[in-house]
Amino acid sequence: MKSAVVVFPGINRERDMMLALETVTGSKPVSVWHTETELPKVDLVVVPGGFSYGDYLRCGAIAARSPIMQDIRAKALKGLKVLGVCNGFQIITEAGLLPGVLVRNKDLRFVCRQVKLKVENNQTFFTNRMQKGAIVSCPVAHGEGNYICDAETLKRLEAENRVVFRYAEGTNPNGALNDIAGIMNESGSVIGMMPHPENMIEPLHGRTDCRPLFESLLAA
Amino acid sequence: MTLAHDTKITPDLVKSHGLKPDEYERFVKLLGREPTITELGICSAMWNEHCSYKSSKKWLKTMPTKGARVIQGPGENAGVIDIGDGDAIVFKMESHNHPSFIEPYQGAATGVGGILRDVFTMGARPIAAMNALRFGEPAHPKTRHLVAGVVHGVGGYGNSFGVPTIGGEVNFHARYNGNILVNAMAVGLARADSIFYSKAKGVGLPVVYLGAKTGRDGIHGATMASAEFDDKAEEKRPTVQVGDPFTEKCLLEACLELMASGAVIAIQDMGAAGLTSSAVEMGAKGDLGIELDLDKVPCRETGMTAYEMMLSESQERMLMVLDPSREKEAEAIFHKWGLDFAIVGKTTDTLRFVIKHKGQVMADLPIKQMGDEAPEYDRPWVAPKLQPVLTNAPAPGDLKAAILKIVGSPDMCSRRWVWEQYDSLIGSNTAQIPGGDAGVVRIRGKKAIAVSTDVTPRYVEADPFEGGKQAVAECWRNLTATGADPIAITDNLNFGNPERPEIMGQFVHAIKGLSEACNVLAFPIVSGNVSLYNETNGQGILPTPAIGGIGLIPDVDLMATIAFKNADDVILQVGGHGTHLGQSIYLREVLGKEEGAPPPVDLALEKTNGDFVRGLIRAGHVSAVHDVSDGGLGLAVIEMAMASGLGASLVLLTHEQLFGEDQARYVITASPAQAAAITAAAAKAGVALEQVGTVTAEPTLKIASGPSISVADLRIAHEGWFPAYMSGEL
Repeated sequence: MKSAVVVFPGINRERDMMLALETVTGSKPVSVWHTETELPKVDLVVVPGGFSYGDYLRCGAIAARSPIMQDIRAKALKGLKVLGVCNGFQIITEAGLLPGVLVRNKDLRFVCRQVKLKVENNQTFFTNRMQKGAIVSCPVAHGEGNYICDAETLKRLEAENRVVFRYAEGTNPNGALNDIAGIMNESGSVIGMMPHPENMIEPLHGRTDCRPLFESLLAA
Repeated sequence: MTLAHDTKITPDLVKSHGLKPDEYERFVKLLGREPTITELGICSAMWNEHCSYKSSKKWLKTMPTKGARVIQGPGENAGVIDIGDGDAIVFKMESHNHPSFIEPYQGAATGVGGILRDVFTMGARPIAAMNALRFGEPAHPKTRHLVAGVVHGVGGYGNSFGVPTIGGEVNFHARYNGNILVNAMAVGLARADSIFYSKAKGVGLPVVYLGAKTGRDGIHGATMASAEFDDKAEEKRPTVQVGDPFTEKCLLEACLELMASGAVIAIQDMGAAGLTSSAVEMGAKGDLGIELDLDKVPCRETGMTAYEMMLSESQERMLMVLDPSREKEAEAIFHKWGLDFAIVGKTTDTLRFVIKHKGQVMADLPIKQMGDEAPEYDRPWVAPKLQPVLTNAPAPGDLKAAILKIVGSPDMCSRRWVWEQYDSLIGSNTAQIPGGDAGVVRIRGKKAIAVSTDVTPRYVEADPFEGGKQAVAECWRNLTATGADPIAITDNLNFGNPERPEIMGQFVHAIKGLSEACNVLAFPIVSGNVSLYNETNGQGILPTPAIGGIGLIPDVDLMATIAFKNADDVILQVGGHGTHLGQSIYLREVLGKEEGAPPPVDLALEKTNGDFVRGLIRAGHVSAVHDVSDGGLGLAVIEMAMASGLGASLVLLTHEQLFGEDQARYVITASPAQAAAITAAAAKAGVALEQVGTVTAEPTLKIASGPSISVADLRIAHEGWFPAYMSGEL
């Protein structure tokens, strides 16, 4: 499984993501700088978390217009697997790869804590080693993770089984519509999620609940 | 521009620059002529208390700073210690008190930014941050606003920069009503053979300006503006700097990339007194002159004068001396990260600090005297009046109510509302988040470090010497309670006006106490910061020498945490029963009194008991460990229960035994089989140890012949206060 991790100025969880990918899948991802115009040949592109361009404009808006995003968008439409986590989710949503938008948390504060995630769809490249309906622990760390979209889009996401992860057991940390924590595009090639599974894969992290998500990449 | 180069230097102008008449005379004598306005500004920036340590230097020199693991002690951007395998830890704590009171978000944010920069200037990647915050009483009308702004600022900067904030302290006391304390600590990881220093080397080498542009923010940050300077709207900008964590993150990556290339000869960040102090320090340390051409300085605003450029405290800037053959390479790295790169001067052999602007010499000063030879004072001091030992502290009428009151009090309740706003996990190496005895981050493999910040200001107020000892001892104990070997500390000495002999007396006695503890515990001070004049209307803050310590954990799998692990484990108390209620939380929260002498610290006992506990942790003989501090044994056990969801059944205990804050004590748990062996080992080691209870599956705290309180009720009280207070419900 070959993967690439895209780095924009201000991204800061690229090391965490690369460590998780390497630890679980056994192969070291390539780091791709935002000014590059073409992706190397890989099976998966990850847009990691952080504060690209300081989140000084709308979060993710500037990074979404970087040169590398043109190529990611084009290849994603042809089926390249793309995973966006936290700021990465915001970036790929701004880039139009996923519908909706992430806005300020309902209580207007940044939040770093463990939440419960329910795996709503286990037929994806990132969840195929999980049971449908399984509930796992996973940390969040964001100030703008409140997922919203119009009623029509929400209806479609639910009807088409495109909500991949939902906050469970009353742990929605940001006020997201329908407790949405992660979604995918129509074809399932693009997944975006706010929580940080890369921070819960080894005993040092307290739990290893999110390791199977990365193991799923090997099967896909 | 309002201060023309030919501005006449009047006594008022000198005074408004914070210089005393005799200091100004000293300056004129040094120059052999009247200074220019730019020179006066430079002098005020270098000779103020913040930059020169003129009141504290005499006493700082007496503190223990050496040890087998010390690579760099005080005097550089941060201290450096050796943690083996070629790894070094670079760390320091620094205050940003006054700006944070004026503008809490930016004040706290730039406090965090400044200390992170100190650490990566030395070639280290920041791997952990902490902060020690002190606010006024909760009922004070400004407190809620200040807490919200400071916490938001600390998180806003650290989260975006990308460093895990793994712990800290938050206290409330009326004595901080007019002067809050924001002390930020940063910890970085470097290779021991690749530490970068500020000492310039080589004549005729390029002096390079890197990072963000220079603006008018923070002018007089170190001296504070006065009416003469801000009678025009243009200059009424706050003296508080504005932080940009995005630029700092880019600056970090660019600096580390450039350092790895081998092009950097010397580097100094621009903190307090900006370009002035960074250039003077590099030159003075290297016995070189520095010549700057201000026409080359990247400016954010038009029409900036030499005076403004030299005094600006705009953030996220660095000064370097570069290998001239590597200029192009260095420039490319900085442009890649979208940062300014400008050659603004050169090193010289004249030992002069020369500033040119628009073809004119604006300043020409002897560099050594501006840096190393600033005035130094031996301020008069008087021995502090000590509080007598408290003799009578009655038992509570209702023990259950007393416990719930303490657990839910502003100083003892959960700080979750605070630390959940800090990213504590970034880096994927966090082994202990806030809420335990210390934060823990992995270095690599099984090696980890523990970090803790500590001081009990009410103890220091009652007895600065014992309180100073206690601050160091508690930090040492907190690190030990995770299983770490305490290695070294940084200190942030926050006091009132040193020109008052009683304040200076607090300072001197606290330093003596800190020093004694550092000596006995082999826990040297490798970096630090002094913040004086924390005073409003003649009332100083509680003396607050905050201590930030680092400990080394060889095998993180054996790290101890405070949470109970198994029902039926035996609860043991190490260090004997509590007896001392003077200055205790019980006395204050339940009896409403702040009286008495603080608990004395027996440093030899501290070491014996701590070494014993660490040995048990390293051998894997204990299941949970917690130090006994604020609130005594009772609070320690309750925190262990709340962290686990298990309960505890305690033996019959007096209120002194439950709430006494005697030092050198720990609570540990172990299986019944192991407990017998531990008891025998304690007897052999001469360590006082007794069983005080048992861990129970039922989540209830039961005290023999006393009340039962469910852990759920304890948690409600513990978790409730902070969110309720911040939402305005209290």
